[in-house]
Amino acid sequence: MQLAVNVLVLASIYALVSCGYVLIYRTSRVLSLAHGELMMLGAYGLVMTASLFRGHPLIAIAASAGLAGVVGLLVYALLMRRMTGEAVLAAVLTTIALGILLRGSMLLIWGAQEYHPLRALELPNPSLPVASARISAVALALVLSTAAVYAGLWAFLRFGAWGIRMRAAGQNPLLAAQRGVGLHGVYALAWALATFTGGLAGMLIASDAALEQTMVVIGLKAFPAALVGGLDSLLGALAGSLIVATAEVLLIHYVDPLVSDVAPFVVLLAMLVVRPWGLFGTREELDRV
Amino acid sequence: MSVPRASGYFRTSYREDQRLLDTRSQRSWFVVFALAMLGFPLLAGTFALDLANQVLLASIGAVALMLLTGYAGQISLGHAGLMAAGAFTAGILFKELAAPFWATVPASAAVGALLGLAFGLPSLRLRGLYLAVSTLALHFIVIYAGSEYETRRGFSTGVVIDSPIADARAWYYVLLAFAAAAVLVSLNLLRSRTGRAWRAIRARDTVAGALGIGVQGAKLSAFVISSALAALSGCLFAYYRGFVSAEAFSLYLTIQYVAMIIIGGMGSILGALLGSVFVVLFPYAIEAAMKSVGLAEQLSSLLFAVNYAAFGLVMILFLVLEPLGLVGIWRRVQDWLLLWPFRQKPL
Repeated sequence: MQLAVNVLVLASIYALVSCGYVLIYRTSRVLSLAHGELMMLGAYGLVMTASLFRGHPLIAIAASAGLAGVVGLLVYALLMRRMTGEAVLAAVLTTIALGILLRGSMLLIWGAQEYHPLRALELPNPSLPVASARISAVALALVLSTAAVYAGLWAFLRFGAWGIRMRAAGQNPLLAAQRGVGLHGVYALAWALATFTGGLAGMLIASDAALEQTMVVIGLKAFPAALVGGLDSLLGALAGSLIVATAEVLLIHYVDPLVSDVAPFVVLLAMLVVRPWGLFGTREELDRV
Repeated sequence: MSVPRASGYFRTSYREDQRLLDTRSQRSWFVVFALAMLGFPLLAGTFALDLANQVLLASIGAVALMLLTGYAGQISLGHAGLMAAGAFTAGILFKELAAPFWATVPASAAVGALLGLAFGLPSLRLRGLYLAVSTLALHFIVIYAGSEYETRRGFSTGVVIDSPIADARAWYYVLLAFAAAAVLVSLNLLRSRTGRAWRAIRARDTVAGALGIGVQGAKLSAFVISSALAALSGCLFAYYRGFVSAEAFSLYLTIQYVAMIIIGGMGSILGALLGSVFVVLFPYAIEAAMKSVGLAEQLSSLLFAVNYAAFGLVMILFLVLEPLGLVGIWRRVQDWLLLWPFRQKPL
């Protein structure tokens, strides 16, 4: 039972992170490898706002979530906008370079010590019983907010005017632009949303455990989850996260804790061999030989 | 080779067109450069010698990646994994069999070639981003295997290797020989059938296939040759450091090598060399700059972070402002110098 709860929590972490990869990829065909760093930036944002709005945890959380979205907008406006139309490799490398720059800057500003945003917010993190297992309150919040984010994104992409524009830009940028969709606006929105969800994930993970340098690894491990499910499908990201999290938790439990860092990538490699476009990805989208 | 000259130099046969050094000034400059490289350790101090050795080591790896990504157009994010494979082959052979230097070097190149086959297999089905991701996955698997060996055998902090070459000056000549051989092999490959096939595949593999090039074989050969070179550089790295550990081969190392070929300039061996010089010397330049401003004392603990941030920034600047890299700048300078002695205004 505890295993099932662990799988659920890990799967929602991966799902919350990987929807950022999916959002950016399906709208602008750019793979953002700076997602782990942006996620960590969101968590540092929470540390910052927590000390700024002392005693008002709700305001602090809302402010840092908003800040994360603004950071995403800035990343697009200042950097990625210049890379539109460049080769795939150049764009990916730009995000990698951005990640390095962010990691270095964060280390400069906040140092290498651990932070505990939850303590700064003066909120408790009790352990709640679920049937025969236990789950911490923040982990529960993480599962719930993942569900909320996915439901919100689904509704937004299905019914929202901007959501429909986003889907149009993803399907065919040229046609969308000729129909009057402002591509730059749509791409910027995708980056803002992705950074917002990533920042949310960063804040929640940091609140549950602690904010330390290893958080970037989680961002990197969530990426196989997005790919296993199919890089352009939100439903796929959910399914992929579940698969990757299950594989990881079971391997850690039954084989060796050291495996945890490779498990997602083994799953990914198996998927790339069998079905490179992922579970729910669009087949013709794939650059396939 | 085959770069059109402005005037005065005519090529009348394919043999001339294929020559590595085709003008007299190139030949004389090459002699000067070779003498300078050979004479360098006689003048340099220990620190400069160490830097030069690091540059030479990096240049072997950068040339390897340039063959694969810059010429054959196959994006790989598994470079550090391949280097780790070479280093661990050397370490394991040394620890388990007490194998000598002359045996471990070819052995790690062979392991690299085999792994290159494994890294290259996805390239037969995948292209672009997905290929990069599959090599990334393989990187993590190789690193996992290495750290597994470390923990199983009780070398939790790393494997110590005794190097047969103790003197930094001797190391310099060994590394120089290896780097020169790597560059020569690459240049010869590139002006032969294999290199032409690689370039055709990079331009468009469907057309390359239609031209009668065995696309799959050529892709695999690019992976195998590049990986063997990368593993070789990893093996030399292990001997040079006297130490093998999985932590040394993080994803950041891959990024550094990718940065070398980006900053140097894609599709040019000269670019790989310039890029490795730049990337290796960059952190030392930053440190020196901070010292000269007098910030080094306050920021000594943050030096790593400053390096990291500055490196990311430089990479972004090159990607956005100068996608052709240092070689692009060099070519522009050359074009500008053609107008010497500048009597006429350029058009």
